[in-house]
Amino acid sequence: MTASNPSFFARLILAFRVLLSAKLGAAVSQLTTDEVPSLPKPEPEPEPEPEPPPLTEASPDAALQLLGLLQREGRFVDFLEEDVGRFSDEEIGAAARVVHEGCKKALAEHLEIVPIRSEEEGGKVQLPAGFDPREVRLVGNVVGEPPFVGTLQHRGWRVTRIELPKIAEDHDVSILAPAEVEL
Amino acid sequence: MRGPKYAIGVDLGTTHCALSYVDLGLSEGEEVAQRVLPIPQAIAPGEVEARSLLPSFLYLPHPSELEPGAAALPWNPTPAHLVGEIARRLGAKTPIRLVSSAKSWLCHSGVDRRGKILPVDAPQEVRRISPLEASTQYLAHLRDAWNHAHPEAPFEQQDIVLTVPASFDPAARELTAEAAQAVGYARLTLLEEPQAALYAWIEQSGGQWRDRVEVGDVILVVDVGGGTTDFSLIAVHEKDGALQLERIAVGEHILLGGDNMDLALAYTVKAKLEAAGKTLDDWQLRALTHGCRHAKETLLSQAEVAAVPLVVPSRGSRLIGGSLRTELTRDEVSRVVLDGFFPEVPHDARPQLRARTALTQLGLPYAQDAGVTRHLAAFLSRQVGATGELFETRADASFLHPTAILFNGGVLKADAIAERLIGVVQSWLAADGGRPARVLDGADLDCAVARGAAYYGYARDGGGVRIRGGLAQAFYVGVESAMPAVPGIEPPLHALCVAPFGLEEGSAPQAPARELGLVVGEPVRFRFFASSVRRDDAIGTLLERWGEGELVELGQIEATLPEEGARPGEVVPVRLRARVSELGTLVLEAIPRSGEHVWKVELDVREPQAT
Repeated sequence: MTASNPSFFARLILAFRVLLSAKLGAAVSQLTTDEVPSLPKPEPEPEPEPEPPPLTEASPDAALQLLGLLQREGRFVDFLEEDVGRFSDEEIGAAARVVHEGCKKALAEHLEIVPIRSEEEGGKVQLPAGFDPREVRLVGNVVGEPPFVGTLQHRGWRVTRIELPKIAEDHDVSILAPAEVEL
Repeated sequence: MRGPKYAIGVDLGTTHCALSYVDLGLSEGEEVAQRVLPIPQAIAPGEVEARSLLPSFLYLPHPSELEPGAAALPWNPTPAHLVGEIARRLGAKTPIRLVSSAKSWLCHSGVDRRGKILPVDAPQEVRRISPLEASTQYLAHLRDAWNHAHPEAPFEQQDIVLTVPASFDPAARELTAEAAQAVGYARLTLLEEPQAALYAWIEQSGGQWRDRVEVGDVILVVDVGGGTTDFSLIAVHEKDGALQLERIAVGEHILLGGDNMDLALAYTVKAKLEAAGKTLDDWQLRALTHGCRHAKETLLSQAEVAAVPLVVPSRGSRLIGGSLRTELTRDEVSRVVLDGFFPEVPHDARPQLRARTALTQLGLPYAQDAGVTRHLAAFLSRQVGATGELFETRADASFLHPTAILFNGGVLKADAIAERLIGVVQSWLAADGGRPARVLDGADLDCAVARGAAYYGYARDGGGVRIRGGLAQAFYVGVESAMPAVPGIEPPLHALCVAPFGLEEGSAPQAPARELGLVVGEPVRFRFFASSVRRDDAIGTLLERWGEGELVELGQIEATLPEEGARPGEVVPVRLRARVSELGTLVLEAIPRSGEHVWKVELDVREPQAT
């Protein structure tokens, strides 16, 4: 493998992990800080979570359900659980198409994801006083008073609609994919 | 009972069902408050989601296959059958337990449509169901979904318009109506799908449709769905100063659709993989078919894409390395889909018929010629005289010249297919000295039929435009001519017209003077024929001979006179009287000369079990 490839896949996998860990309510900041050197654009948290002093525990059910959907439609867990180091880029690329197509479909069916900022990335944006810091994270030379003028590095993502399938009473969401036995 | 609050349109499709509704209280004139009902359905064991389409699939699970409650619906914790997305999903891996294309079976007169025959390939222990019951289950699911969403407006109190293919024969229409009535479709009307598509176009035009058609227009509706292809012709004429729409012809029932195209592509790609030394099992072929559908849609709607990668994922958890990678190219799609299914043929092309092999197993009568354009050429040529007395058409035309084309069905969402079809029709028109046809666009091809049906339910009572039509065929019973017996020669068969072309709902029933003999207490069968081209035969016309292909034989019909007041075995002369019910179905009745009773003639006759 050439030197540039691991960085691409590391980024891809990191992106998946960030998405996952956010969903799972794990410590996203910890993870991103550790790996930030390989990431030119740190992913902001996809879902702004208001954090009043008493921290709440996220229910894992919805996260597991979403993970199950991504596995069913896009073989998401299969992909991440595999050791990619053993394969050529061509093989990984072929599998990535399955994951991309399926997961995209699953996301499109159940979530509406829109950019937070509509401006082009790389362009100048102005932030008036009173902007919502959950929506826009200031980085770099953070000094002075608003309005701030800076370069939009990442547009951000926001979920405006989420509709997960309703679950039957005895359904076990921890089973992401049942084992399959052909008779 | 209170009056209906909604006009509901139900599209019972071969591969998908949809339900649309118009709020009658909020609609006025061209301002129509219309929506599509999201249909809650199990999408996987234990998961329920609302979707705008209900896949027309039914799955018969093994008792150990699913955990209890896995099929629970919001309105029923333990439904007897799995219907919708979950059925399609489970059936993709276990096809022997999957019921599909029930609608095509419903109009297959060669089988017992009330008989428990589906799935055809199921092993002995699977409790099969009939095509009628499968259709009933889909209709019941839609009803329950409605009642769940609208507890204030019970389904049985609403006006329901249920669509059927224009090419459905009378028995299939009657069975569809029976299935619907069995599950609470009380205020029911049937509507032909291409007409529904045109109503949807009218509704979407928001009152502008009158400016977009003119007197003398002949609108060709081409409906290519997942499993079937259906053609209709609708003429625009003027009566008492107002535009009138009249459905003047419908085509044959052609079992040919998008699913065939996806399969053809999958086999093409499979051959390519096999040439490279890779083998595919059935499971992978199904995955490939699914992939081909997406790739086809991309290639046919985005002209700049030259090839779409296809990956057949491995079946096990090892995704990388176990997947097969290939691609579908623009050339392949053009060759297989455009040239295979929509070939550029002259207007005198005809579908090719292969002799059926002697050992046909029980199966659907799929179209033998995949060329939709050849079927269309045959249809337009057969209907060259369809405008009849409505208005003048060129006497030297060799086929009926449509002046406008309306598309329906998911297949025609692909621009390249729509363009090819238009191009072929235009080339026929040019070659035959006609003017180019226009395309009527702006319809939503997925839900148009359900939307159009609901709109019809609304417009019908509100004085909106109504497509007239009546029967699209004339119907005949076969009678043997009286002649001295000649050994070895069957007496020639004559055809007695019992229902004329264009017979409308509500017209006074008439019976031909000619009487037929029925044996009291015994079922008596008649051969039954239909003609979509003999427009001028009146009730009682007796045909001694007819042109090649003018009459098509349908399943037999059967009449039984009960023994009341007559001796069993006695032959009673009866006349056969036809009318069109308010539902839109053909009703044939036997009237004995003496008695005051009339007896219904069964259009759907169980075929004797093949041994």
